Amino acid sequence: MSYLTTKDLTVRLRNGAPLLRKVSLAVKSGEVRALVGESGAGKSMIGKAVLGILPRAAKLTGGEILLDGEDLLTLPPKQRRAKIGAKVALIPQDPLTALNPSRRVGPQITDRLVDILGWKRKEAEDRAVELLDEVHIQSPERVMRSYPHELSGGMRQRILIASAFAAEPKLIIADEPTTALDVTVQKQILKLIREMQERHDTALLFVTHDLGVVSKISQSLTVLYAGKVIEETDVRTFFAAPKHAYSRALLAATPKYTDPDGSLMPVPDSIISEVEQEVAAFDAQLKR
Amino acid sequence: MSDLIYRVKDLRVSFPDLSRKPLFGAAPRIDVLKGLSFDVAKGDVLGIVGGSGSGKSTLGRAMIRLLRPDSGSILFEGTEIAELNEDELRPLRKQFQMIFQDPMSSLNPRRRVGGIIAGPLRLQGFDNIPSRVDEALEMVGLAKRFSERYPHELSGGQRQRVGIARAIALKPDFILADEIVSGLDVSSQAQVLNLLEQLVRELGLTLAFVSHDLSVIRRLCTRIFVLQKGEIVENAPTAELFDNPKSAYTRALLDAIPLPDPDQVWS
Repeated sequence: MSYLTTKDLTVRLRNGAPLLRKVSLAVKSGEVRALVGESGAGKSMIGKAVLGILPRAAKLTGGEILLDGEDLLTLPPKQRRAKIGAKVALIPQDPLTALNPSRRVGPQITDRLVDILGWKRKEAEDRAVELLDEVHIQSPERVMRSYPHELSGGMRQRILIASAFAAEPKLIIADEPTTALDVTVQKQILKLIREMQERHDTALLFVTHDLGVVSKISQSLTVLYAGKVIEETDVRTFFAAPKHAYSRALLAATPKYTDPDGSLMPVPDSIISEVEQEVAAFDAQLKR
Repeated sequence: MSDLIYRVKDLRVSFPDLSRKPLFGAAPRIDVLKGLSFDVAKGDVLGIVGGSGSGKSTLGRAMIRLLRPDSGSILFEGTEIAELNEDELRPLRKQFQMIFQDPMSSLNPRRRVGGIIAGPLRLQGFDNIPSRVDEALEMVGLAKRFSERYPHELSGGQRQRVGIARAIALKPDFILADEIVSGLDVSSQAQVLNLLEQLVRELGLTLAFVSHDLSVIRRLCTRIFVLQKGEIVENAPTAELFDNPKSAYTRALLDAIPLPDPDQVWS
């Protein structure tokens, strides 16, 4: 049974322009699903809709978000927030802007446990030390007392991972957590996320534009274009033979250093217009 | 050889370590580049690769004298530029240009694209500026009407093209491109890389391309420097570096690249 299911999720700008077009997807506990697409495809918007943190200009206009079988959108706002706070966590893209620069790291991890789950400060601190140890940070007590600027990018991302897992969430949304990191650190962080996710049997929704990363982290993926699901499959099937022409074009645009010619094909205009037509046809069908 | 564009000897750059500055007196220095020596031939496309903090951007910035080196010699087209001051550098600046990582913060949000590209041309006393602006836009594949737009009206890939147009409008001999595709998605990344490849061919540019990702530069670069902790640990022609990486650090960088292949072993 899937932990997170979205059914026909539709998000529009206040002026009516669609951002997500009836997106249906599911993530099981212990599963990693990647959301793939170019910038503006709506991949981050799905995570934001689930977390209930859509930007002011956007509005959820239809569909269901089922968390453990319960439709979040039918819950009263207070209960909805409590449920999301207890069960869902976010690993954000930029570890520097996600941490408050004027506060020590420790309280930023424990806040969530104390404020949302009502733990005692001391308990929360012990848990934070445990978690920092789990994400392979040496001398966690010292790091708890550090300010974010004293730590490297990789360290900061480890702290955010620790803080995401702190309250034992059932679902984690990772929004391009490694794009700000260099390749060697990216590798460590991806492995760490995978390790933590397996150990805690968490459902993980992993937003990225890098198909190389997808092949390393996830079991299944959803390809989006203009807020519409273009292809949805498991990773092995996808990399063996992507079904949709747009998916094939995305794969062709992904660099492969093992290829001596190494030519990179941008997604051709013909395929863009093909997929644009498909989206338009989909919109027309909805209106009828 | 006479067709060298750069001849660099024992280049050293250090920065003050402000986190360890005593209350009185000068801060201790951190050595960022530890005595680099290398040549760059005309027409080369040089890849400068390394992890964060390896000194790759510092090296690029020292080569176009956005930084003053502590010591060492930088011969650019036979002219010693390591010790020149700003006034002496200005006439040379049109020969070496830079394309920045983040086009949003390196394009003035209050100026139109046309004005952004014209700025350096005006500073360098070029004539026929409007036609040069149009020509530069055309070379990067943007229509003339883009000169009326503001940066926020453009996509990431288009903004990066404007950055490229601003650099090539001056017809420089050398361009430094610092991580210029790392903020773009794969399709725009492929477009920008293909564009650079075409410009190098058409304009006979010498280019230095700074990146942390070896996979994007295999096609573009003819020679690669791998930097680690301020030292060049490997300097090899591209094919040689990929087929037979000599340094352990180069191998680690290659192994860390996630290939779009679920069967790749990622130990």
